[in-house]
Amino acid sequence: MSTESFPYLSVILFLPAAGAIVIGLLIKEARTARITAALFTFVAFALSLALFVMFDRGVGLQFVEKYVWIESLGARYYLGIDGLSLPMVILTTFLGFVVVFVSWKINIRVKEYFVWLLILETGILGVFLSLDFLLFFLFWEMELIPMYMLISIWGGGRRTYSATKFVIYTLFGSAFMLAGILALYFSTPGPEHTFSMVAIASGGAEWLTPVIPLASIFFLIFVAFAIKLPVVPLHTWLPDAHTDAPTAVSVMLAGVLLKMGAYGMIRLVAGFGDGGIVPGVAEDYATILVAFAVVSVLYGAAATMRQTDLKRMIAYSSVSHMGFVLLGIFALSQLSLTGATLQMFSHGLITGLLFALVGLIYDKTHQRQIPLLGGLAKQMPVITVVFSIAGLAALGLPTTIGFAAEFTVFVGSWGSTVVSSIQTYTVLAILGIVVGAGYILWMLERVFYREPKERYDGVGDASNMEKAYIFAFIALIMLFGIYPKLLLDVIGPLFSRWG
Amino acid sequence: MLPTTVLWAIFLLPLFSLVFIGLILRPFFNNYPKLSGYTIISCLTAALGLSIWVLTSSDQFPIGSTIEWAAVGDFKINLGFVADRLTAIMLIVVTGVSLLVQIYSQGYMRGDPGYHRYFAFMSLFTASMLGLVLASNLLLVYVFWEGVGLGSYLLIGFWFHKPSAAAAAKKAFIVTRFGDFGFLIGILILYFTAGTFNIAELNELAMLGVIGGTALTLAALGIFSGAVGKSAQFPLHTWLPDAMEGPTPVSSLIHAATMVAAGVYLVARTLPIFVSSETAIMFVAVIGGVTAIFAASMGLVMNDIKRVLAYSTISQLGYMMLGLGAVGVGIAQGELGEEFIWLAIAVGMFHLFTNAFFKCLLFLGAGSVSHASGGTFDMRLMGGLRKYMPWTFVTFLIGALSLSGIWPLAGFWSKDGIILRAWEYTPVLFWLAIITVFMTAFYMFRVVFMTFGGKYRGGEQSPGHGGHGHGEPHESPLVMVFPMVILALFAIGAGWAFWAGGAFEYLGGYAHGFFDVFTNVGEEPLPLISLTIALAGIMLAYAMYSARWISPEKVSQTFAPLYTLLSRKYYMDELYERIFVVRVLHRGLFYVIQTVDTYVVDGIVNGLANVTVLAGSGFRRLQTGQLQSYGLAIVLGILTIMLVWFVYK
Repeated sequence: MSTESFPYLSVILFLPAAGAIVIGLLIKEARTARITAALFTFVAFALSLALFVMFDRGVGLQFVEKYVWIESLGARYYLGIDGLSLPMVILTTFLGFVVVFVSWKINIRVKEYFVWLLILETGILGVFLSLDFLLFFLFWEMELIPMYMLISIWGGGRRTYSATKFVIYTLFGSAFMLAGILALYFSTPGPEHTFSMVAIASGGAEWLTPVIPLASIFFLIFVAFAIKLPVVPLHTWLPDAHTDAPTAVSVMLAGVLLKMGAYGMIRLVAGFGDGGIVPGVAEDYATILVAFAVVSVLYGAAATMRQTDLKRMIAYSSVSHMGFVLLGIFALSQLSLTGATLQMFSHGLITGLLFALVGLIYDKTHQRQIPLLGGLAKQMPVITVVFSIAGLAALGLPTTIGFAAEFTVFVGSWGSTVVSSIQTYTVLAILGIVVGAGYILWMLERVFYREPKERYDGVGDASNMEKAYIFAFIALIMLFGIYPKLLLDVIGPLFSRWG
Repeated sequence: MLPTTVLWAIFLLPLFSLVFIGLILRPFFNNYPKLSGYTIISCLTAALGLSIWVLTSSDQFPIGSTIEWAAVGDFKINLGFVADRLTAIMLIVVTGVSLLVQIYSQGYMRGDPGYHRYFAFMSLFTASMLGLVLASNLLLVYVFWEGVGLGSYLLIGFWFHKPSAAAAAKKAFIVTRFGDFGFLIGILILYFTAGTFNIAELNELAMLGVIGGTALTLAALGIFSGAVGKSAQFPLHTWLPDAMEGPTPVSSLIHAATMVAAGVYLVARTLPIFVSSETAIMFVAVIGGVTAIFAASMGLVMNDIKRVLAYSTISQLGYMMLGLGAVGVGIAQGELGEEFIWLAIAVGMFHLFTNAFFKCLLFLGAGSVSHASGGTFDMRLMGGLRKYMPWTFVTFLIGALSLSGIWPLAGFWSKDGIILRAWEYTPVLFWLAIITVFMTAFYMFRVVFMTFGGKYRGGEQSPGHGGHGHGEPHESPLVMVFPMVILALFAIGAGWAFWAGGAFEYLGGYAHGFFDVFTNVGEEPLPLISLTIALAGIMLAYAMYSARWISPEKVSQTFAPLYTLLSRKYYMDELYERIFVVRVLHRGLFYVIQTVDTYVVDGIVNGLANVTVLAGSGFRRLQTGQLQSYGLAIVLGILTIMLVWFVYK
């Protein structure tokens, strides 16, 4: 790919940030701020759809942009996309656009809010687009600042506690990651070391002269990703952050922030389709990590069952569903890695929608305690239908993307040749979807069905704008569920080396 | 020449009905509820017509087409539809019964505010069921399998504001999902042993012995676990009686005639896989036989007419499994050649075929009597309805006779086939089946006498559904009676060797002559024996509930412990829900995990944070900025070093 062509990736990456600057400096009115945010995020989304159309299926990195950044360190401004990052970019720009409407009713410090929200989107996009490890790390850290602000200012409940916990937990992981990145940097052949993820991944183990054992480098970096995913037992920041964050931030958090962890892991073990960035380690530890995946699935599902706060419940279900991603990654087969990527996309859509819906319900009823809700189907029929579809997608009902993704993970991991007795782990993971049916249907029953309650009479259903975006989610969930080939053709070829 | 597009059209017609009602009628024509009923009826009429075309094109079978659904590397999934004799029969059952039920629903659901929603859900269900029947591939079967489960969930919970309905819907979904868990694993095992999801290929590989051994047995048991859930076999039967919370036409179509038969259909479809493992096929036969008698025993004591019918459904589905299993065992043990697979399928599916008509009829009849007596289903509040609703009475009686297996009605022929095969290949199960015949005849005529005999006992006083709380019972409108009459004709004739009993021969069975039962007594006394036993059951019901020679109350007092055990459904609901779900899981395991999560996992995180903060504030105190304290520290330090120096010198 030549670098002279239109810099799609840079434009997509910095459009939200540009929007933030415009809002911060030029705009006074709240309404204009909202519209500006919608405009910038929409163009980013539209461009990423254009990428989806133009993307050459089956070929590696595309739309590459590469400039010298810090010459003395060998760090570059280096962007590109492949079958893994493209779905993530589309998901991020889609959610980035939708959350503007989710946030439409925010009425305190509106300008400031949208500035942070847009910066958050650029930060996340940067993680998915960077091919230089230092740049990657920069974006990885950059996302923390808007997150802290958004949760601690516009959040609810114990918002300062949750925001702080989120930041410190992530920073804790980042410290290890930075050490890992530096160790990797100094392991590349000198004197001119490189941060290029592409170069390291294609170089392989022989090319590196490890300054510390490769396994240590792997786990230093892995810890940061494991916190983000999250892997049980490193997950307890997530329910707190989710519960206390404003709705739009929960949507972004569940939808794409968690995926940064999964994305990093896949790069770590599979690189750009030619071997992991830290090569040869994943295979040795795959069994234990698959075990962690199963624990995450079942432990997360069990904990979900016990939650009484609707938002917290969905947060815990994320722990369980991201366990499927972990399973797919470390089963290390083409199909399982493809399934993991599809599951990332699927979870982003489904859980994103679920959080948006919980936000709507809370907006209207000022209640999130499941036992105190009930019978809402009468007062909010549209939200009920959409919530039910999202819930059914979450429990893996065929014709939704939830099934397509989970099934691909299961087939992929069942056939894995890397982990011994993987079938047992897969069976246990499948048990997770039985429990999943339990908590989803029980929740639907307690929130929407049974006798309507008088106190919720007249709370109102979704407005037209709200309908528009929740229907958009449903359309995507069904589209990729009925015809997953659309995405599988993009993702699959990337992992062809794993057979 | 039958184009494959016909198969797609049969599936797409009800799907179109769903989309049309959901996206056009409900939003824009909400004040014209009748339109949605007309939509589904016209779509299903067309689908029935096409199904008949398929049925009559049997010389071209198998016929089908596929599309590529997913491909990653070597892994490809092709989804497609295929028609053979088994499919053709099922298509007729599904489109025919569904059509009649939709016509009936026009009357039964009149005035319900969810009229559009009702027919949309019915369309969804019918489309999924047709997809399930047509699917050529196990994965696609699974997709529609879950689809019919969804339809069932939505329709059981149709009156979702009723807590019992909401709970029953959830229960149905979760219990069947336990079965589906095994089904999915079975599919995975098969894929990784045979390299395909295609049913025809899997069957062929199993028959050739290419796949076999433990893997095949496990796979077959996995598939059967799905069938056990969907067809409400022991021990996953508990959801079906509760499913009666749905509108009665739903119970009739989904929970009696079609969806619950999907498990039987699935086993029939993959029968070559089952007969390749003696363990697996024996398991099918045993579960079938046990379920038949187990469910029938609970049917003896229920007072809710729909629940009696529900247990009867479970019991009859058990018969079908037994039928498939009994011949299958014969094949697996080598007594019969592999060419008898079609005989096994014919035996099981023939009963599915006849049962679909008379069971559907009985449910519609139950809906009709409930309609007349104020919306109740409690038979203790009915009685004497023969006088008020003659059409319902006659058709219901025909259904009951057919179900009881009285010559020459449909049920006699199909049940006879099963009992005969059980006698030949699984003698122990034969005895269970023959006792079940007695029970079946007894509980069905208990229903008949309690509902239609004696005097009217008042019905539901408060307005039930639709507000039919008015005094005198009355016959249902023509739109409800008409489907019952058609079904009654099938309940009479669907078993005759000379008429629709051609179904049996169509599938590969060999049918009795019409009078062979009486003329061949010396050679084959079995049909006569089962007929006698059924008549005995009817006599006992007459003695207890019509003539009152024996007091039912006294009987229940005499056998009080047994009566309680049966009416409490062997305490299985308590075992599953109160003990397993609530005690073991929710207040047990899940509670422990939640506690550990809050106090240990998160506790450590917060603890570490607190230690850091405390340590920080501790160290901070050291840096006071006062020279005196630094001086003191230096002096103390030097003294310590000197002390250590002197001690170790």
